[in-house]
Amino acid sequence: MRVALFATCVNDALFPATAVATVRLLERLGVDVDFPPEQTCCGQPQYNTGYRRACEPLVRRTARAFAGYDHVVTPSGSCAAMVRDNYPRIGARAAAEGRGTELADAALALTPRVHELTEFLTDVLGVEDVGAYFPHAVTYHPSCHGLRVLGLGNRPLRLLHAVRGLELRELPGAEECCGFGGTFAVKNAAVSAAMAEDKIANALRTDARVLCGADNSCLLHLGGMLRRRGGALRPLHLAEILASTEEDPWRPA
Amino acid sequence: MTDTFLGMPAFPQAAAEAVRDGQLRANLRHATHTIRDKRARAVAELSDWAELRAAGKAIKDHTLRHLDRYLVQLEESVTAAGGTVHWAADAEEANRIVAGLVRATGETEVVKVKSMATQEIGLNEALAAEGITAYETDLAELIVQLGDDRPSHILVPAIHRNRAEIREIFAERMAAWGRPAPEGLTDTPAELAEAARLHLREKFLRAQVAISGANFMVAETGTLVVVESEGNGWMCLTLPRALISVVGIEKVVPTWRDLEVFLQLLPRSSTAERMNPYTSLWTGTTEGDGPSEFHLVLLDNGRTAALADQVGRQALRCIRCSACLNVCPVYERAGGHAYGSVYPGPIGAILTPQLRGTASPVDASLPYASSLCGACYEVCPVAIDIPEVLVHLRERVAEQGGHPAERAAIAAAGYVLDHPALLTAAERLAGRTRALHPRRLPGPGRAWTDTRDLPEVPAEPFRDWWRKNRP
Ligand code: SF4
Repeated sequence: MRVALFATCVNDALFPATAVATVRLLERLGVDVDFPPEQTCCGQPQYNTGYRRACEPLVRRTARAFAGYDHVVTPSGSCAAMVRDNYPRIGARAAAEGRGTELADAALALTPRVHELTEFLTDVLGVEDVGAYFPHAVTYHPSCHGLRVLGLGNRPLRLLHAVRGLELRELPGAEECCGFGGTFAVKNAAVSAAMAEDKIANALRTDARVLCGADNSCLLHLGGMLRRRGGALRPLHLAEILASTEEDPWRPA
Repeated sequence: MTDTFLGMPAFPQAAAEAVRDGQLRANLRHATHTIRDKRARAVAELSDWAELRAAGKAIKDHTLRHLDRYLVQLEESVTAAGGTVHWAADAEEANRIVAGLVRATGETEVVKVKSMATQEIGLNEALAAEGITAYETDLAELIVQLGDDRPSHILVPAIHRNRAEIREIFAERMAAWGRPAPEGLTDTPAELAEAARLHLREKFLRAQVAISGANFMVAETGTLVVVESEGNGWMCLTLPRALISVVGIEKVVPTWRDLEVFLQLLPRSSTAERMNPYTSLWTGTTEGDGPSEFHLVLLDNGRTAALADQVGRQALRCIRCSACLNVCPVYERAGGHAYGSVYPGPIGAILTPQLRGTASPVDASLPYASSLCGACYEVCPVAIDIPEVLVHLRERVAEQGGHPAERAAIAAAGYVLDHPALLTAAERLAGRTRALHPRRLPGPGRAWTDTRDLPEVPAEPFRDWWRKNRP
């Protein structure tokens, strides 16, 4: 089984610890992971801001980078959703505009092989207990793309439940958007911040020490506000919790 | 659409102001959360909701694809049943037709059943300019009209008001519009409802002309349908001598049987009821029963233009249930007025720019008034993929010029992202200069760092870690 890591640009540039944790976790589970360096960005920020044509080179690039791998795994629900939901759309639009089916074909060849990390663990590897150890109170924010576009359901929670020492605290209003939304956070900063405030207020009510998510974009947004406020609640990516073991407890770099 | 909203600031400014209004946020939060929880329970009762939703979508798509045919059939059926059909290309034409019809009756007062279409064309204002007074008879519309306010929700236009505010409006303003509020009115729901009932009863019994919209029009029989919860619609549709219905052309369904689907989808999605309390159906005129004169004004006002857009046209499936507003985290905080349109919330953000175009700053800002969280799509009873249409309309805005700095940034990022060596160099540079990075940004990024810190740039990007550790 040839498996490639799709680290995504946000993880590569800003949250390398998440990508490292994903590699360690998968290797611990016996997966031989590769990282094709031609990969860059899925094109989500461009696409969602209205620059569809600007994504086309990235669709082509991503498809090329991951050609030949049986599975592509990414620790980012929104990037998985971008590939799965929008790549075929971008390809179809290019075809409809009379520019041939090359892009559509590339998209369709890639799409079914792309998995968000928790999907890959539960559906492809068939594991829920990954042998992790993380003795802290944790609350989980299921990001919108994971929840609604990918339909991850309770996969992340099942994985967290199996982590030894971890005390899972239910997040009130969990399914509500945290207000990130890519450029939305800049274009509509006031509403975005109001949404983040409410999300954080709910997370603080759980008295957890760690605000876990499976999408670093949301955690960047919420973490920025948490840092501004000070306090004990820390954002942490799910992969970093799952990578942590008793012998080798995860310490963010 | 109407002038009512002209001069509105674009969404981000209007929303930023609304966000600061704590009372508004509390009113909205309470109202939307209550109704969304009730709706979820009402929908969960039906084991075939997914099938109903798919059927609603399919019927609407089929009808829209053959809209020309069904509209002609509708006209024939309405005419055969004794009604008169008028075609209005835009708001101005519709208003002119309605004002002419009212004038022909010799009346200067009309009662109205709540209707989005007449708000969309600014009918009340147009009638007022002709010396005709239009009385809204839906409770929430009455509150809005008395308060000289604008509606902020499709179904609950006064959702932004609480009981104390409503009491004040009734006590101060009812007298100027008809029967005054009772002395010593309190803000208990029962007393407020009674005050409205007495005020409105006088109007129902006096009115000779009524104006309504319709939730559906059945092509095969020429039947129009209004669903409502207060009985005011029923009064307006049966008591007056003349009835004028102004309806968007997308409201037609082919057959009577199709109602079976929508009369299940609509009440559960909108008011969380199994069945709406009043369903009025009328077909032309009947001797000795109900209005003796019936006019149907079929309104285009941008709808055929929307129909021509392959992605955007799905917005015309909308049955105005307002479920998308009630689950929208942006609507919940910004309130309906911020959308600068009679259609607020997620559906407003995709419908308004299609009906009005994207030339004005308000209309160009609407497709961005969403975090694309997808809650609206999930809840929509006719499965309108609102996020898809939002992004599609953003493309239209970007194509018509967008923001020059944004275009430049997208182009530059695109270049770097298509050249991994450049990306690595940029990442390494950021890593080496990390001590110099500010926590707060100047310029357009400032809005972000007003409330949030930027993350610390890591010492090395992941791709360098990989190169060193997994050679
Ligand atoms: S878009 Fe869908 S959810 Fe929103 S009002 Fe229309 S039918 Fe209801």
